[in-house]
Amino acid sequence: MRLIDVAHARSGDKGDSVNIGLIALDRSDYPLLVKEVTAERVAHHFAGVCLGEVKRYELPNLGALNFILTSALGGGGTTSLRVDAQGKAMGEALLFMEIDV
Amino acid sequence: MNTVRIANGQAFWGDSPAAPVAQVRGGDIDYLTLDYLAEITMSVLRKQYERDPDAGYARDFVDLMSEIMEECLKRDIKVVANAGGVNPQGCAQALLDVAASKGISGLRVGVVTGDDIMAQLDDLESEGVPLQNLDTGTSFDEVRDRIASANAYLGAEPIARALADGANVVITGRCTDPGLVLGPLVHEFGWQWDDWNLLAAGTVAGHTIECGAQASGGNFQGGWRTMDDLAHVGYPIVEVSADGTFVVTKHPGTGGAVTTATVTEQLLYELGDPATYLSPEVTADFTALQVQEVGPDRVEVTGARGRPPTDSLKVSMAYSDGFQGAAMITYAWPDAIAKAELADSVLRTRLKDLGLPLRAIRTDLVGYNSVHGRVVPPAGSDQSEVVLRVSIWADDPDTVSRFAAEIAPLVMGPPGFTGLLAGGRMRPSRVMAYWPTLVPKSVVDPQVIVRDGV
Repeated sequence: MRLIDVAHARSGDKGDSVNIGLIALDRSDYPLLVKEVTAERVAHHFAGVCLGEVKRYELPNLGALNFILTSALGGGGTTSLRVDAQGKAMGEALLFMEIDV
Repeated sequence: MNTVRIANGQAFWGDSPAAPVAQVRGGDIDYLTLDYLAEITMSVLRKQYERDPDAGYARDFVDLMSEIMEECLKRDIKVVANAGGVNPQGCAQALLDVAASKGISGLRVGVVTGDDIMAQLDDLESEGVPLQNLDTGTSFDEVRDRIASANAYLGAEPIARALADGANVVITGRCTDPGLVLGPLVHEFGWQWDDWNLLAAGTVAGHTIECGAQASGGNFQGGWRTMDDLAHVGYPIVEVSADGTFVVTKHPGTGGAVTTATVTEQLLYELGDPATYLSPEVTADFTALQVQEVGPDRVEVTGARGRPPTDSLKVSMAYSDGFQGAAMITYAWPDAIAKAELADSVLRTRLKDLGLPLRAIRTDLVGYNSVHGRVVPPAGSDQSEVVLRVSIWADDPDTVSRFAAEIAPLVMGPPGFTGLLAGGRMRPSRVMAYWPTLVPKSVVDPQVIVRDGV
């Protein structure tokens, strides 16, 4: 199963970092996200894109995880040569991740 | 007053001109907030100001106000906007001129200044304020002589002060986006500057609507197919109670939707550590927020917690950092990708032969893998068409122009060069880069002046 079947996401930029908010479509799947979508797995998923580190914050109150990926936007918003200079689609890229249920 | 209704009508400069008008005409609101300033907008406005001392602010705001000012004054809708750019006084004067020319009476424009610290940079340096890059730690010396603008993010306090002084339109320069909402709430409810949970609630309310329709169905990943009438998407409104509880909603009959999912996506947008959301007047904690639907297109948010802010203010500087250009050519079946790759290889060989001093070059196959790259692998390679996009970054504009001259000759490369997607030969565009840093709060002194119309 892919994350897109159990979660939705929104991403945005902060300098050269991108944040991805990952939200369980059904609140009961939040523990699954906590277990499966670790910072390590997200770093592996974005290997070659995120050149820094991945930090994860838990928001059980919103059924959500927040990820910060540093050095992930080719220098950041106004200097990046990336097509997606602000990481707007990176949340959706995370949803491609395979998880074990 | 039981609740205060605050509407956002503009999430960035260039957002829908119809949105703020719809917010005013679509139902009852007490405040209209408008955000015009992206991170590097100030440097662009500073250039305009240097050419013309009457410019340097968001001209679109004046055009908007000439359309809605009379109605806002009549219905006592107050407007709070960071449209002042580097010249809030010029912006205020333009509004006063509009009122005078239209015979509109009763305009009182509150002008917030003090965010511009460009003239203080030398003093700050000599006082030992490091001004190093907040994200990278790089020394300020690297960019000192290329700085084009430097502005501290002011908060809600000067906005609340302007409202207390009787302003019905408040214009700021650089200011935090949530401050545009928190300022009116502090003014209306008499919240104290150490009511940490209330200040946090107002900050969360501001964060929820600062990006416009992103709270009400726009850019909604979790169900975009189910959003009705995005052409007329309703921009968000917060109805805030004196205890800090607020309901996110939108005007009846508008498109999009306000659901727990749309609001939650926005709460997480551009969020760092959710327990430590920094702003000038409060550090807000999102980790106990509760979000629940209380009616159709009505979502209640409770549980904001706050604690005292830091001693620093964030500063946004912009500096000139070379020039960029991008060329785009479409290749089609058969072997669209192979042809695009050959054209790229031909181009790169020629650039190498020329010995152009490039800081960076990047090739993308748009329509194939330019956004997700290897993270989401392309399904196949027998494309009907693909766009070759080659972009470069150089110190000087001539290098970009020389690169541009190498694009058209690719017509003699692989077959099927269909022309330049972006029209004629590219022109070098100047790169303004962003330099975030911190300064002690004590060095910034926000000023408020209220100017009366007739």
